[in-house]
Amino acid sequence: MRMVVCVKVTPKAEQVRLDPTTKTLIREGVESEINPADKNALEMALNLKDKHDGEVIVLSMGPPAFEPHLKLAVAMGADDAILLSDRAFAGADTYPTSFTLAMGIKKLGNVDIIFCGEGSSDAGTNQVPPGIAEWLGIPQITFVNKVEVVDGKVRARRTIRGGYEVVEAPLPVLLSVELGCNTPRFPDFRRKRWAEREFRLKVWNKNELGVSEEQVGLKASYTTVKELKEAKMRERKGEFIRGSPEQVTEKLLEIIKQYL
Amino acid sequence: MAGYKSIWVFLEQNEGVLEEVSLEVLGKASELASKVGAEVTGILLGHNVKRLADEAIKRGAESIILADSPVLENYMTETYTEVIAGLVKERNPDAFIFGATNNGVDLAGRLAVRLGAGLIAHVVELELEEETGLLLGSVPGFGGSILAVCKCVKGRPQMVTVRPGIFRALPPDESRKGRIEEVQVRLKPEDIKTRIVEKKVGKAIDISKAEKVVIGGVGTGGDLSLIKRLAELIGGEVGVTRPLSDQGIAPRDIMVGATGVGLSSKLAIVAGVSGAAHFLSGIDKVENVIAINTDPDANIFNHADYCVVGDLFKIMPELIKRIESLKG
Repeated sequence: MRMVVCVKVTPKAEQVRLDPTTKTLIREGVESEINPADKNALEMALNLKDKHDGEVIVLSMGPPAFEPHLKLAVAMGADDAILLSDRAFAGADTYPTSFTLAMGIKKLGNVDIIFCGEGSSDAGTNQVPPGIAEWLGIPQITFVNKVEVVDGKVRARRTIRGGYEVVEAPLPVLLSVELGCNTPRFPDFRRKRWAEREFRLKVWNKNELGVSEEQVGLKASYTTVKELKEAKMRERKGEFIRGSPEQVTEKLLEIIKQYL
Repeated sequence: MAGYKSIWVFLEQNEGVLEEVSLEVLGKASELASKVGAEVTGILLGHNVKRLADEAIKRGAESIILADSPVLENYMTETYTEVIAGLVKERNPDAFIFGATNNGVDLAGRLAVRLGAGLIAHVVELELEEETGLLLGSVPGFGGSILAVCKCVKGRPQMVTVRPGIFRALPPDESRKGRIEEVQVRLKPEDIKTRIVEKKVGKAIDISKAEKVVIGGVGTGGDLSLIKRLAELIGGEVGVTRPLSDQGIAPRDIMVGATGVGLSSKLAIVAGVSGAAHFLSGIDKVENVIAINTDPDANIFNHADYCVVGDLFKIMPELIKRIESLKG
């Protein structure tokens, strides 16, 4: 079985701030990581590989700075990693992003299952996975937390409101994987050292992907960001209740009573 | 101003019940439509769901396009995308708004690429740009601390998914009348590649409208017994933070925050929660927040009305005892 895991590298969400005057993101000093849900997607793929054998390839679109993170994915057990990188890809919204990734998958060829995280921690639109599936013309099963392959078909359990459903689809298929549905493995120490020192990341630019400038990046985007703004938080009283346990309980009771 | 003729709303139904968020979207769409003189059309797919069309009209839709067929009984990406893409291509609505449920997102993401349309996801604010009349949707990013104001610069319809619990549904108006147009469904069962082999849906718990909520975080160590008991005593619901939901301690339906439920309660008692940005956006609409945490520097205290520095395992049993005796 040939599996591709689409991965994004995202800044750690809790470290990102907005510059109050320029209204741009302050990126200095912000650490980045493999998008958490994508790690769950990778773990799910590696699990299937453990059971059925096969190959797991990590695919990402972004700047060369993604390299150490993709090497980490290889250290975790991915067989190969490919970075789609070109200045022309910059500024892409979900439409060209899903297109570019789909073109990478097409170039790889003969892929059975494509895994994505359900969404990313920076923008969190959840739209890239269905977009890729549509570009490839294959079925999608989103918000998946459990998967098995039976008789050449995928059976995946996906979360719906109030419960779940199990969907069966023929291969090839795209799955978006629920954040937190498994515990991503730690990289093996020796494999990590090998990945860092010897593994060579493949980088494909727009020519190698066979796409034109008009099909990718900002030019091919349907949406633009007009501005960024700080989410205004409600003003709170911030009153500390101090005293003996009895006094604290007494005061809390007084507040809660109004709502009983 | 961009000329609008029609704003479409996807009316998501599960097991013959309209999703609350679809009614919220109808309410918002009506408000926008009245500003631009557009008609609000509800798009309803399912099997034997005509009465839901009547309900949607009472809640703000002016007309309904209904596709009623056994193959549409359950939501499936393939069938719903096929039917709806056909309708959009035929009639060219100016805007199309969906509730950002798992199924709403699954559908909208696929449709946007098929239609060559821009899609603004998970908005928490939706308005019209004065100069152009384009929809402006504010999308929370980076855990909800920053909003990106987005618009669709090309492609039609302008597509938007809306976070549940943000906008208000209109109260039902029994006197409202609207057109219901039923369209033919040409899908054949043998054309459908995917199938649902199992489905298990309990009564979906919706804590977004609860008046009182008691929320447990990592500080509970996963033991929700005190949280549950207090919630029961004050007639409230239980909520959790993302780590507890990720660990499978509680279902996602009761996970509060940017990737979960946004609360609109009068009171929230928040115990053992540190106050990460993605959590805070979920309690922002709560009128009164009481926080209990052992760490005096916990960020949650910057976003609470009443702050108690202390061990929840000591404070909550005491509180529970007092309320029990109060209630006799």
